[in-house]
Amino acid sequence: MFDFLSEYDVLGAFWVTVQLTFFSAIGSLIWGTILAGMRVSPVPLMRGFAASYINLMRNTPLTLIILACSLGLNQTLGMTLAGQNFEQQNYRLAILGFVAYTATFVCESIRSGINTVPVGQAEAARALGLGFTQVLGIVVLPQAFRSVVGPLASVLIALTKNTTIASTIGVAEASLLMSEMIENESDKIFLVFAIFALGFVILTLPTGLLLGWVAKKAAVKR
Amino acid sequence: MSTATSAPPMIKASGVNKFFGDLHVLKEIDFEVPAGQVVVVLGPSGSGKSTLCRAINRLEPINSGEIQVDGKPLPAEGKALAALRADVGMVFQQFNLFAHKTILDNVTLAPQKVRKVSAGDARKTAMELLERVGIANQAQKYPAQLSGGQQQRAAIARALAMRPKVMLFDEPTSALDPEMVQEVLDTMTSLADEGMTMLVVTHEMGFARRAAHRVVFMSDGEIVEDSTPDDFFTAPKSERAKDFLGKILTH
Repeated sequence: MFDFLSEYDVLGAFWVTVQLTFFSAIGSLIWGTILAGMRVSPVPLMRGFAASYINLMRNTPLTLIILACSLGLNQTLGMTLAGQNFEQQNYRLAILGFVAYTATFVCESIRSGINTVPVGQAEAARALGLGFTQVLGIVVLPQAFRSVVGPLASVLIALTKNTTIASTIGVAEASLLMSEMIENESDKIFLVFAIFALGFVILTLPTGLLLGWVAKKAAVKR
Repeated sequence: MSTATSAPPMIKASGVNKFFGDLHVLKEIDFEVPAGQVVVVLGPSGSGKSTLCRAINRLEPINSGEIQVDGKPLPAEGKALAALRADVGMVFQQFNLFAHKTILDNVTLAPQKVRKVSAGDARKTAMELLERVGIANQAQKYPAQLSGGQQQRAAIARALAMRPKVMLFDEPTSALDPEMVQEVLDTMTSLADEGMTMLVVTHEMGFARRAAHRVVFMSDGEIVEDSTPDDFFTAPKSERAKDFLGKILTH
């Protein structure tokens, strides 16, 4: 029943999904943290920029963002991301799109985490003579992160599944292979669905369990 | 009691006004804390005494008037303000120890990050201070593992680690269980005996009598009396002070 699988590189396709998720997650975490810092900064211009950026990105369909990265940035505006060929270009553009989009959710999670840190913590840090970036980086964010490991895990799981949208610009990840297999193996559609569903569960379930455990370990005791 | 010399007062407030919306919480406050003095601020809840204390290192910005610390006016937000705050130690009602750091790290953090003291030196000073406030054996624990009294003593050690010119205490014992108040007051008394300049907002009348050089009584955002503890407790001049003392000293 599973003979046909030998003709397809299912593991290879999922490996691309893992890579997309991994690099997008790192990028989103960094960009999302910067955005969160801007949202709570004392500079009105930064707060304004971050708020507008988030409202724009968060309310735009991801498919549109990914397509805009490929058709707009790359093909119309000629932006390239140091890739050798078309395939590599789109792979990198997809990561750019995922980072731009997912960072807004990371930012909002972190911001809710910042709200869990009592005001007195920042006041004490300021009273000791720490500057804004030190108060944020040494006292507030480390406590904020610990309280949002759970919500960030949900964002990561959503990101993992969202990477399937990279198939719209031809990135050879799991869902692109799935479409191909559905076309070629029309008599085994449910089997193909099951295989890919299982593949994603294998990726996301341990992520959720692991980060759930980390969330418990990291929680700040007050 | 130190007499006024040519040196500028450590803290000087002149014509300070502060509003919370429509509420006028500080009304034309004028007062001074000369170097080496311990000034206790008393008054009923809502009299503006905590706000005054917090205004001195600009945790509460004021609407008008001027506050000087060690002869220099309070700078606006930025590096200069941070530098001034580094010289002004503050102890809060809720301790506000950094919850994700050990007691030792709480005490060594600011000297390292603000004063650029080496890790070894910061640690050495921190251990001496923790020894002095009697919790050196708790250095590796997290704040939540300590009692309130121990946390507040750690917070005092954290402020002292910056070698401040003046210490502000904003109701340091109000959040403590009764049996832990004394250990914190003892720490503060020994600090006063060493000649630290202190501004203490408190409800502890015993401490005010024993350790204060001056008592400032506030009511409704105004300084109503400014006298020695003896004069204040035995012969208050204003009706408001008599009323306040009558309520707290009769039982």
